[in-house]
Amino acid sequence: MADQITIAMESKETVAGGKPVIRLENVFKTYDLGEIQVQALRGVSLEVYEGEFVAVMGPSGSGKSTIMNILGCLDRPTKGRYFLDGVDVSGMTKTELARIRNRKLGFVFQQFNLLSRTSAVENVELPTVYAGVSPEERTKRAMEALTRVGLADRAGHHPSQLSGGQQQRVAIARGLVNRPAILLADEPTGNLDSRTSIEIMDILQTLNNEQGITVVLVTHEPDIAQYAKRTLLFRDGKLKRDSLVQDRFDAREVLKSLPTVEQQAAEDAAEEAQKLAKSERTV
Amino acid sequence: MDFMNTFRLALRALARNKMRSALTMLGIIIGVGAVIAVVSIGQGAQYLVQQGIQAMGTNAVFIAAGSNRAGGVRQGYGGVKTLTVDDMNAILREIPLIKQAAPALTSRQQVVYGNQNWNTSITGTASNYFDIRTWPVQAGSVFSNEEVDIAANVCVIGTTVEKILFGDENPVGKTIRIGNLPFRVDGVLESKGQNVTGQDQDDVIFAPYTTVQRKISGITWLQFIAASAVSQEASLAAVAPITSLLRERHRIRPGDDADFLIRTQADIADLQNQTQATMTYLLGGIASVSLLVGGIGIMNIMLVSVTERTREIGVRMAVGATEDDVRRQFLVEAVTLSMMGGFIGIIFGLVGSALISNLLSWPTLISGKAIIAAVIFSAAVGIFFGYYPAHKAAQLDPIEALRYE
Repeated sequence: MADQITIAMESKETVAGGKPVIRLENVFKTYDLGEIQVQALRGVSLEVYEGEFVAVMGPSGSGKSTIMNILGCLDRPTKGRYFLDGVDVSGMTKTELARIRNRKLGFVFQQFNLLSRTSAVENVELPTVYAGVSPEERTKRAMEALTRVGLADRAGHHPSQLSGGQQQRVAIARGLVNRPAILLADEPTGNLDSRTSIEIMDILQTLNNEQGITVVLVTHEPDIAQYAKRTLLFRDGKLKRDSLVQDRFDAREVLKSLPTVEQQAAEDAAEEAQKLAKSERTV
Repeated sequence: MDFMNTFRLALRALARNKMRSALTMLGIIIGVGAVIAVVSIGQGAQYLVQQGIQAMGTNAVFIAAGSNRAGGVRQGYGGVKTLTVDDMNAILREIPLIKQAAPALTSRQQVVYGNQNWNTSITGTASNYFDIRTWPVQAGSVFSNEEVDIAANVCVIGTTVEKILFGDENPVGKTIRIGNLPFRVDGVLESKGQNVTGQDQDDVIFAPYTTVQRKISGITWLQFIAASAVSQEASLAAVAPITSLLRERHRIRPGDDADFLIRTQADIADLQNQTQATMTYLLGGIASVSLLVGGIGIMNIMLVSVTERTREIGVRMAVGATEDDVRRQFLVEAVTLSMMGGFIGIIFGLVGSALISNLLSWPTLISGKAIIAAVIFSAAVGIFFGYYPAHKAAQLDPIEALRYE
């Protein structure tokens, strides 16, 4: 109990704003599967403030996916309340939730989920289409978002013409285009190699630091969680641990320390030569 | 989301898979094309027939003995014995709208030539009958007025009788036996083919009515009177005065059925028209079945499309599409497919009918009604067959959809 109060106070100190962007009040989620009832969430309460960078972790079945679905307004709690930006969304209709998602949330998925055979800018525009924005305004906002992730020069490319990292950046731009309160990322680096993963974390950290966008990230990799500021650990449907990240990674620094492509090639060549020498000796 | 927006989005979604969209439209294109082509050709044929009937002379008026049940002129004679040559003369005398008239009575007889025999109908009439019916001879001549006056044993035969009795031989001047009496063949009539009701108009023999009355059938009353009016309008205007004249002569009380039927060439043209129209609509209806099949094709492809795009639908919902947005999008996609198919089908149908009419030297009439109907039908097919897939798409759970492999 004391731990939790300390943590809460520490969070408030780190952040400028006073009111929470996310507030869960004793949230339960039960799935009715005929004969069995699965309790995915058992009384979860938490608060996230503006400008935070939160990593949600836990083994499968811990409820971390469920909590993301509820935070993302894709699902409603069975019991308890969810206040998003001060508004109670727990009882809203599907249509109302859709509108909330459009205005207040940005999604980034593990598998990018971009529309194929569609240009990057059109992909980024998608949320604005459902916001009732004029075509000219849509393109303008989409280009702005693409510029923020550094892909304005690739606006006309189709996903098949983009690397994995670039596709995820387009997805992030899409998540930002309606200027949401929160960016929700579900294993955003799951389909990327190590270097690209760090590049993506760099973008998220930049957006969080420089533009104060609140980021909530689900991951099972402790390495990735180290880029966040706060970790929520779930287990058996309950929030087991809520702690600040110690020795947080700075993606920019990490990238600098990584060998460049040329250096990597040289290292690989040396490794090959060693292996060859060893096998020659045995022969 | 306004309509123009939705429409553009639908177009873009369809353009993403051009091959599939094109193949899906094929059913509708064929369906609509077939209907348009069939209706245009049918209407062209109708027009041709009308023209043909016009050319035959639309001044003809037929008065048939019989009660009001049969449709055509040569049916339903029954045992009515009241129509006479005096009636005909009275009509000629008192109704100036009628230019000329010929009496007619029929009798079925066995006809023999050499070792060929045949059973056919012998029609007794006057020599002006062939003028009234615009039925020239292709060999020899028709019998003359004098031959009618003296009830000569002469006749004029149709090409079917000629073929059966004479084969390749020239019948003019030869003698055949009708009943058991010898008749000299004066001429052979031009072929007229089948009439509206499918009867062979060339299976016929004409002889002077005086001869038929006195020597073959022994009856004096007529089966019908063939008359021609001074003009087409006159033929229609003559119906009323002929009716009242005959009702008076036959002493028919008001309210009672008449014992005769009057048909103008216009009536016959009407009947032809109706028959043709029925045929056209029947064929059009059958062609419409392919439109239905096209619609089913659209529904199938849209269902496949919805399944394939499950992830995409999940993403759209995640970024803020409501159920209505999704349903509307897929419905518009379906209707866009069906209407584009409809327009292309109309063009193909018109081109196709133009080609066919060129081949057959038939005129084609572009039916504005058929085109409008085709447009409406394609839209309806799109809405009807697109609704179920659109509904399925809208009902997807975004969480499940996003997880879909």
